[in-house]
Amino acid sequence: MTTKTKELTQQEAFLTYLLRLADDRLILGQRNAEWCGHGPQLEEDLALANISLDLIGHATALYEYAAEIEDEGHDEDHFAFFRDDRDFTNLQLCELPRGDFGFTIARQFLFSAFSYFQYERLKDAKDEQFAGMVNKHLKEIKYHLRHSREWVLRLGDGTEESHDRVQEAFDELWMYIGELFYMDEVDELMIKEGLGVDSSKFKDDWKKLVEETLEEATLRIPDWDQFMMSGSRKGIHTEHLGHLLAQMQFLRRSHPEAEWK
Amino acid sequence: MPTLQIHTEKQIWDFLKEVTDPEIPVLNIVEMGIARNVEINESGKVLVKITPTYSGCPAMNAIEKLVHEKLKERGVQEFTVKLDFAETWTTDWMTEEAKVKLKDYGIAPPEKTEEEGNFLKNLSSTKVIPCPFCDSFETELVSQFGSTACKSQYFCNDCDQPFEHFKCI
Repeated sequence: MTTKTKELTQQEAFLTYLLRLADDRLILGQRNAEWCGHGPQLEEDLALANISLDLIGHATALYEYAAEIEDEGHDEDHFAFFRDDRDFTNLQLCELPRGDFGFTIARQFLFSAFSYFQYERLKDAKDEQFAGMVNKHLKEIKYHLRHSREWVLRLGDGTEESHDRVQEAFDELWMYIGELFYMDEVDELMIKEGLGVDSSKFKDDWKKLVEETLEEATLRIPDWDQFMMSGSRKGIHTEHLGHLLAQMQFLRRSHPEAEWK
Repeated sequence: MPTLQIHTEKQIWDFLKEVTDPEIPVLNIVEMGIARNVEINESGKVLVKITPTYSGCPAMNAIEKLVHEKLKERGVQEFTVKLDFAETWTTDWMTEEAKVKLKDYGIAPPEKTEEEGNFLKNLSSTKVIPCPFCDSFETELVSQFGSTACKSQYFCNDCDQPFEHFKCI
């Protein structure tokens, strides 16, 4: 017996594509926001809060557009607050607990570097509104990349303690980077329609930037060919996402009709 | 039947100039480059397009609300305020007068945005931003991020003053 698979429509693929981008940013923004009031110094507290604000802003714009594409009367809050863990398609990298400052910075660097190369290509997407938001977000991503990269250098080439801790962070994060370059039928269709990017095309550029930065920071580059986690684009997550969602969503779900006045 | 009072585009632009940025009250939204377009159709209905500066900027909702209030206060009866995402706001849209006002207010204004393509090469370099108080170039970057999404923090080693710089994007 053969199972007949329904063909993916452009609308479905675009919706999924937008939600994947948005989920990454919402979840990482929420994680980074946990530093608010706990930063190692005032400037860093502000910086992480600012980066969170940007990421959540990017997610909001993407969710709003996703709602328009979906056309079922949802809004951005529906996607953020009324879906469960298996519906979220963010990278596992983004949901991992914030760890220490070195961990948060190492993750931000890996993610911002990826976002930079991805958005550099997405800004030519054949959809005016999507390309417009990508262009805007790209400017902010550059600040995130610059900032997190500088901290990787400072921590790696800093004291023995900071060096060891940021090294440990990269070692721990490494098995989550394989997913950055995951592609499936959604990506294929989006690439074909001129709305998505082929991440294999900039993998070498990304690796080069990561390697150069780690070397400059006197850090050891973990093994590129080690075991890598997978599954998040299909809703498979670590145990950490559920806890994050519980905290993020509970207020909204307790008061579903509440409105900001 | 009441008739619509017809306004000219110039009048609408003048009304918009009375709306100031809630975070930087010395600047209005026209010289900031936030108000992008005014259209008036045959029946006198006004369409105002505004474009957000930073995507997470909380002032954006406030600005949209202020535009509504201003147009109502000025007797514009039928209007729509549209957030335009297709255009990407850049500090290059800020007028020269606005930059002078910023400096007088104590915020180092944005310089011209960098050339595309140089970003990766210049990852480690930081631009020298002159102090808005004493014009000294002996300044240092404290943090890329400041009190609002649009500003970074600097310190002037000549007059020993911390100051903010309007990031150029």
